[in-house]
Amino acid sequence: MDGVIQYTKRRIDAVIGRTPEQTDQGSNAGIHLQLWVLVFLVVFPIAVALIVSTKQQGIVTSLGDLAPGTYALENYREAIVDYNFGRFMWNSLVMSTVVVAGKLVISVCAAMAIVYYRVPYKDLVFLFILFTLLLPVPVRFIPLYQLINDFGWGNSLLAITVPYLASATAVFILRQHFLSIPTSIVETAKLDGVGPIQFMVYVLIPMSKGVLVGVSIIMFVYAWNQYLWPLVIINSEANQVAQVGLQLLQGDVQGGQLSWSLVMAGSMLTLIPPLVLMIIFRKPLLETFTIQQK
Amino acid sequence: MTTIKLQNLRKEFDDVVAVNGIDLTVEDGEFLVIVGPSGCGKSTTLRLLAGLEQATDGRIGMNGRDVTDTEPKNRNVAMVFQNYALYPHMTGRRNITFGMKSAGSFTDEDIDRRVEEAAETLDITDLLDRKPQAMSGGERQRIALGRAIVRDPDAFLMDEPLSNLDAKLRIQMRAELTRLHAELQTTTIYVTHDQTEAMTLGERVVVMNDGQIMQVDSPQVLYDFPENRFVAEFIGDPAMNMIDVAVEHGTAVHDAFELPLPSDGGEDGSTETSLGARQSKEQQAAVLGIRPEDFYLAREYPDLGDETFTATVDVTEPLGDSLLIHCSVGDAAFKIQAEPRTSLQTGDEITVTYDPERLHLFDPETGEAVYHSANAPASPERVEQAPRG
Repeated sequence: MDGVIQYTKRRIDAVIGRTPEQTDQGSNAGIHLQLWVLVFLVVFPIAVALIVSTKQQGIVTSLGDLAPGTYALENYREAIVDYNFGRFMWNSLVMSTVVVAGKLVISVCAAMAIVYYRVPYKDLVFLFILFTLLLPVPVRFIPLYQLINDFGWGNSLLAITVPYLASATAVFILRQHFLSIPTSIVETAKLDGVGPIQFMVYVLIPMSKGVLVGVSIIMFVYAWNQYLWPLVIINSEANQVAQVGLQLLQGDVQGGQLSWSLVMAGSMLTLIPPLVLMIIFRKPLLETFTIQQK
Repeated sequence: MTTIKLQNLRKEFDDVVAVNGIDLTVEDGEFLVIVGPSGCGKSTTLRLLAGLEQATDGRIGMNGRDVTDTEPKNRNVAMVFQNYALYPHMTGRRNITFGMKSAGSFTDEDIDRRVEEAAETLDITDLLDRKPQAMSGGERQRIALGRAIVRDPDAFLMDEPLSNLDAKLRIQMRAELTRLHAELQTTTIYVTHDQTEAMTLGERVVVMNDGQIMQVDSPQVLYDFPENRFVAEFIGDPAMNMIDVAVEHGTAVHDAFELPLPSDGGEDGSTETSLGARQSKEQQAAVLGIRPEDFYLAREYPDLGDETFTATVDVTEPLGDSLLIHCSVGDAAFKIQAEPRTSLQTGDEITVTYDPERLHLFDPETGEAVYHSANAPASPERVEQAPRG
């Protein structure tokens, strides 16, 4: 089918006297147009949010309301200082960092065991790990809530980090990567008497740097965006995370004073940490996704 | 000082038998090559030796010690892999020293001294501070060899170490491996699928097929006196011609020609007897084996012998140093390696003669060699090959 299309294209080109280079330019322009449309679709809501965060009230009713306002500084100051949004951001950062670190340690160990060790019913164990993907956290809320309270962890950092420490996705990605490392390298280490910890620290981790960074970014964004569970389990404002904290920025809803501009300012703030990480580590992140495609 | 002894070694993967009960003794300081087609079990044998695979049955002895169930690291063997197996994030030096440092049984000064020595031997001193990605294939394999050497292992196990190199480099490294072995005198077991490599490197060559050893001999003996049809056809390029014949009163009879078999062959008795047994019966089917280079064009070698027959040229392949003629006589097709620059056309009739000293007969059913027209060497080499103990 592809061949037919290519052939037809060439025939048309030949008839109207176009060189292949010109055709390429033409299709490139088409691709660029598509990309611009897609980028616009993704960026538009964020751009609106950014604009709204600079306005006094932030109610958008007409196109004219999409001109940037002059209350930017005031709004961000109010969110951070008056509503203590900095505190929420900090809580989120701590939670995300702990979750990422814990996930990394557990996933690396699990993937290493699954790939390199002779464990009875290894494939079954791995399948079971994948099976947990079918049970998202919200499904487990009620028993989890009970358990966390029984442990006396309610309202603490433990409550919002420990339930997220195991990650089937990370184990899966790391397993695929470890499998792509030539077995002869592992066997050389075995023959040389390199111990498992040494192997992990000096061989496996340095050889997986890119994937580990990529996986960390994905996990960080995931943890950073947690909303429902912290909302359920954390009930003191001082321990709350940014995504839930956004809700508190709404202000006096009962009094009809829903301050969208403050909410949008908070939203912009919560975008910053994942964005910075993605910009810094965009290369390993893309590499991780290429590996998944293999 | 290392001798390695395999007894009835067997390895099964699920329902596949990779190594099917092999017995082999590797002498101290020997360079032994295991050769065979892919899937013949040669690499598995090597991995069993290294301890990377667990034997299903049988024993592996090193210096009289049973190491069948010993951990790889406690066997003191070094392995060189086809893909070099270098750690990509480490420099050449770190690649060489990493295993030693991890094992913890060497002092730092000792390691430095050994690395310097090995680097000098292999001429890799200026590669030590480079990472593998900045090295060529040959350089990487040298580093891998260096890593094997520094530990001063009891045995080197090499799994097709030259297969990833280009042809020119392979020949160069081949010579280097021979030199290295002459210098170090370490027992080496080398696995390859390339029969040229096997012949040039091995002091003795093990030919394997279907998980079994077909023959163990020095390269020349393997070439001249193959014990069975598999070895005859596997060793030698172009491969030995195999022609179905009938043996009658000491003559190989084919529809189109008759070749008398010199009866002085096989004076050690065994082949003589079996051929004699065949002769006594009226007619016996056999497979006649003649190497392409043992056929000659009668007009080029008029004084070689009176026994000639006529064949038809099918295809000619000029190889530069010789001309490979595919020809047929009756229903038999065979190849002749003739002098180069001979002008022959498809369909030409040629008169073919042969070296009567280089005829082989094989049993059509079992494939066992039943006759070699030359005397099997009663050389010390051959006596030595009898397994000890």
